[in-house]
Amino acid sequence: MSGIVRVDNLSFQYGDEPIFSQIGFSVYPGESVAVIGSNGAGKSTLLRLILGELTPLTGSVRLFGQEVRHFREWTKIGYLAQNGTQAVSGFPATAEEIVTANLYSRIGFRPFPKKEHREKARTALRQVGMEDYAKRIVGALSGGQQQRVMLARVLVSDPELLFLDEPTVGVDAETVMSLFDLLTRLNRENGLTVVMITHDLARASERMSRVLCLEDGTLVELDKAQIDKELTHKHKHPGV
Amino acid sequence: MAILEYDFMRRAFAAGILLAVIIPCIGMIVVLKRLSMIGDALSHSSLAGVAAGLILGVNPILGAAAACIAAALGIEAIRKKIPKYSEMSIAIIMSAGIGLAGVLSGFVKNAANFNSFLFGSIVAISDFELSLVVGVSCAVTLAFILLYKELFYIAMDERAARIAGVPTQAVNFVFTILTAVTVSVAARTVGALIVSSMMVVPVACAMQFGKSYKQTLIYSVCFAVLFTAAGLFLAYYARLKPGGTIVLLGILCLMLILAFKGAAAAISARIKR
Repeated sequence: MSGIVRVDNLSFQYGDEPIFSQIGFSVYPGESVAVIGSNGAGKSTLLRLILGELTPLTGSVRLFGQEVRHFREWTKIGYLAQNGTQAVSGFPATAEEIVTANLYSRIGFRPFPKKEHREKARTALRQVGMEDYAKRIVGALSGGQQQRVMLARVLVSDPELLFLDEPTVGVDAETVMSLFDLLTRLNRENGLTVVMITHDLARASERMSRVLCLEDGTLVELDKAQIDKELTHKHKHPGV
Repeated sequence: MAILEYDFMRRAFAAGILLAVIIPCIGMIVVLKRLSMIGDALSHSSLAGVAAGLILGVNPILGAAAACIAAALGIEAIRKKIPKYSEMSIAIIMSAGIGLAGVLSGFVKNAANFNSFLFGSIVAISDFELSLVVGVSCAVTLAFILLYKELFYIAMDERAARIAGVPTQAVNFVFTILTAVTVSVAARTVGALIVSSMMVVPVACAMQFGKSYKQTLIYSVCFAVLFTAAGLFLAYYARLKPGGTIVLLGILCLMLILAFKGAAAAISARIKR
């Protein structure tokens, strides 16, 4: 089986400062993978390289078997950015309008969405428990509710592969739990492949099939014993 | 109505209302992209084109359009180079535009013609200028409808739009040209120093009431049409400058809305207590 994400010998640096060197990994269909690491380790940079937003110093990224530079099937990919709610928090649009926007390729040449597109958006909002807020201006919603709307925007296009960049930052505990529950369900029942950058190692190790750790310029997969060791260390030194 | 018996006033209403429909459409995207000052930068740059046109004997509106397009592309290019401080690109181009306009205006022989672009002269527009307004209005309206969902997505989240497959570069380019052309035509009618207010004030008013993106857009157009029509009436009967009157009415309306909303919120909070 070939990986739908394949990273080979990837190196990157900002100016003269190396971020990581010669890292590689694959993600296979139906997997759920967490990427952990301390602040500044390069987790979001890795995601930007995978999405083709940055050019690596060396190495390659392949999505669904294609070099990311030539990859055009972006509808297969969902991406929830770090602090994604910032973009919409002051925006004068309803939750439904925001979710419908991501049906861009399905709406085609029509300038406006049809009823079926609005219904699809409603279904995505229902999935994240936000259907009752469909007609509300998104800026009037709480941070957790806005994050759910952002997730609905990603899910509405039925992606096969989902990238999430620290989706639980600044979100209340209840929303974090429901987010993990939803992602676990979509992964197990619908076969959605999930790659999540997170600091929540405890929950990631419990819910995700693999945990990768990006630290000091290298990427390693953590086994059960290493995860337990990390969790014990974090428990003893919560600030570290 | 006596006011509409005059040919120049009928032309002023036609041009004013057409511009009142398209300027907020452009303004809505500009405001939501947090680039509210772009209208100022383009209109000031248009003055450099007006001066160049008058010096070279070319129609000043065409000169303004060329300068606006160059300025808009310059802003977009600088914005990409320093995305974290995108508003700096506007200040740089505005300074360049003002500097160039200042230098070139010294060589313009007919100062009155140049000054008419500063505050506009909607009641003195020619048949050619009215045709230009009609043509630009049709093109902007059509482009805005065709690119409705693309512009909405880009204004909301340009990065997510690109990942979703929106051709962001092409759409931004078309929008830049539309903005530049609209500003250059509007500079002749409402005035280069006033056009950016027409982009922002109706949108600011509409954002106080809009319950969705579509509704906010419709309200913006309604406010702009209202300000233009009322401004032209008031200017005619009170013998005021039309461009300035239109904008001042808009600002007054925005102040009243904000004051009313503030008072309503305070009363509602007191009742809840």
